[in-house]
Amino acid sequence: MALLEVKDLHTSFFTDAGEVRAVNGVSFNLERGKVLGIVGESGSGKSVTAYSIMQILAGTGKIVSGSIKLDGQELVGAGEKVMKDVRGNKISIIFQDPMTSLNPTYTIGRQLMEAILLHTDRNKQQAWDRAVEMLRLVNVNEPEKRMKQYPYEFSGGMRQRVMIAMALACEPDILIADEPTTALDVTIQAGILELMKDIQSKIGMAIIMITHDLGVVAQLCDEIIVMYAGSICEQGTADEIFYNPCHEYTKGLLRSIPTVEGSGEKLEPISGTPIDLLNMPKGCPFAPRCDAAMKICLRERCERMEINEDHAAACWMNVRKAVKGE
Amino acid sequence: MSTNNHSEQPIIEVRHLKQYFNISTGFFQSRPLKAVDDISFSIREGETLGLVGESGCGKTTAGRTILHLYKPTDGEVIYRGKPIKTAKDIEQFRTKATMVFQDPYSSLDPRMTVADIIGEPLDVHHMYKTKEERREKILELMSHVGLNSEHAARYAHEFSGGQRQRVGIARSLAVNPDFIVCDEPVSALDVSIQAQVINMFDELQDRLGLTYLFIAHDLLVVRHISDRIAVMYLGRMVELADANEIYDRPLHPYTKALISAVPVPDPKTARENKRIALSGEIPSPLNAPAGCPFHTRCPYAQPKCKESMPPFEEVEKGRYVACHRTAEIN
Repeated sequence: MALLEVKDLHTSFFTDAGEVRAVNGVSFNLERGKVLGIVGESGSGKSVTAYSIMQILAGTGKIVSGSIKLDGQELVGAGEKVMKDVRGNKISIIFQDPMTSLNPTYTIGRQLMEAILLHTDRNKQQAWDRAVEMLRLVNVNEPEKRMKQYPYEFSGGMRQRVMIAMALACEPDILIADEPTTALDVTIQAGILELMKDIQSKIGMAIIMITHDLGVVAQLCDEIIVMYAGSICEQGTADEIFYNPCHEYTKGLLRSIPTVEGSGEKLEPISGTPIDLLNMPKGCPFAPRCDAAMKICLRERCERMEINEDHAAACWMNVRKAVKGE
Repeated sequence: MSTNNHSEQPIIEVRHLKQYFNISTGFFQSRPLKAVDDISFSIREGETLGLVGESGCGKTTAGRTILHLYKPTDGEVIYRGKPIKTAKDIEQFRTKATMVFQDPYSSLDPRMTVADIIGEPLDVHHMYKTKEERREKILELMSHVGLNSEHAARYAHEFSGGQRQRVGIARSLAVNPDFIVCDEPVSALDVSIQAQVINMFDELQDRLGLTYLFIAHDLLVVRHISDRIAVMYLGRMVELADANEIYDRPLHPYTKALISAVPVPDPKTARENKRIALSGEIPSPLNAPAGCPFHTRCPYAQPKCKESMPPFEEVEKGRYVACHRTAEIN
């Protein structure tokens, strides 16, 4: 049994302008100790998927239907009491902006100890020791001294390390990282990614890495989900996604970024503008921007199809290939 | 993108440019923050010079000081052989050199229509005689950046990020400049939109013969668009070279670390993992270390690096490096 099973998840925001279907039928499994990357542009539903798992959606957001099972336990409709136990204890989340995720009026130590005291039976002294141990794990120098300092005394990279320490303090089974390095510089980003990889191999938790940066997922992830307009376009191992993309959107994304090999060749952008979630087309959500779109793409949404055992995509082009025997 | 039609004549020369900000450190006390500290380089006509570095390295300040949006503390900027000194020089220079800003959400006035946003520089510099002429110019600028005439009466909030950045670019083109400072113009955009805007910069350069100073932190993007790349660290320029050269064979230890840290969108390369780890954090520019600014994190640092600032000198043709140990470590 997979550690986390998400099945046909639908999450909507009910706004004055109408229902915004932010997540539209997302299903995936996460195995113990694996790193899953969710890639997509703004509005693709990648963060809302994560917030749905944690059930920390903003006021107007609601899980409409679907199932989220953690170790076989259903979380949708489970109630706040169950979720309080899940959050921080079994699933932790770190956010994009380490500048605003910490409370500026409390010391780092107090904020680290809060989660430990809440979720475990440790007394204050034990919690303090555990917090120091966690800071050491994320390579913060002089952890005893740092415990007494306030967030403003930390740099961006250091704050993100503190957030990771906080998220891992209760040894969760799953760490959700929502664009954890987007606000950081490249050399600092490389350090944080390495740290996550390192801790993951030490502790063996599973990671869901949410990002728009294809470079970041290539560094870290075993498996990748590509999302567009609230749905999964394509899902597979990192090698399958990068070297054998089977959805026109993934192909377009990979063509539109500059490669390592060099400059010179023109980038091939994806034409058009991102989709308006209030006016979703009937067929494939990517069809209006897709150069290869066929009549069926505008009429009917393609179901998820297996390409091979490590790879699935929802694109009619694969059917056409199959029919033509290519 | 490499366009080889640029001449050898520099359009912009920057000589020993310094920009210090006075930061108050207590009652009646202040200390200079050396945001840009003695940088010199030139840009040839039709060329794209990429300027990279991490946050706080002074790249944005450098771009703004070159345009005299800040008054330089010291040093000079020379445009087509003529130093920019008086207020009149600056006013004239601003019709030839403009800027595209990073954030298309905050750099456009939400109360102005797109036509007025683009037309404002024309008003300021009295660049039309009749209303009709103004309108025609605005429509021409809009077509340059791929906007329709029907967009003219709309407001910025009606556009997506990519379209807003097009409006910003059209505005910067309004006065017919030949030099544009692009300050992180694509970093706020989605991946699929970035490529559209990058290609537009390329096309405009070919069509209008523009010269760019392209400031960004995304090294793959900078390398794609630039002919040469300059790397800054703590207000200093540490390396300047041809874009592909610097990427394939960086000479300065900081450039090496910076390039090795780029998350390459390719899982096989990522698994090889040749990253050069840097210890420590970037020092505050208020307490910049003596000697080479990079010595606190440099894996090759020696006592002499703490004592004296290495000169920014030409080590090979067209390659400038500021490091005491360039010859030994490469």
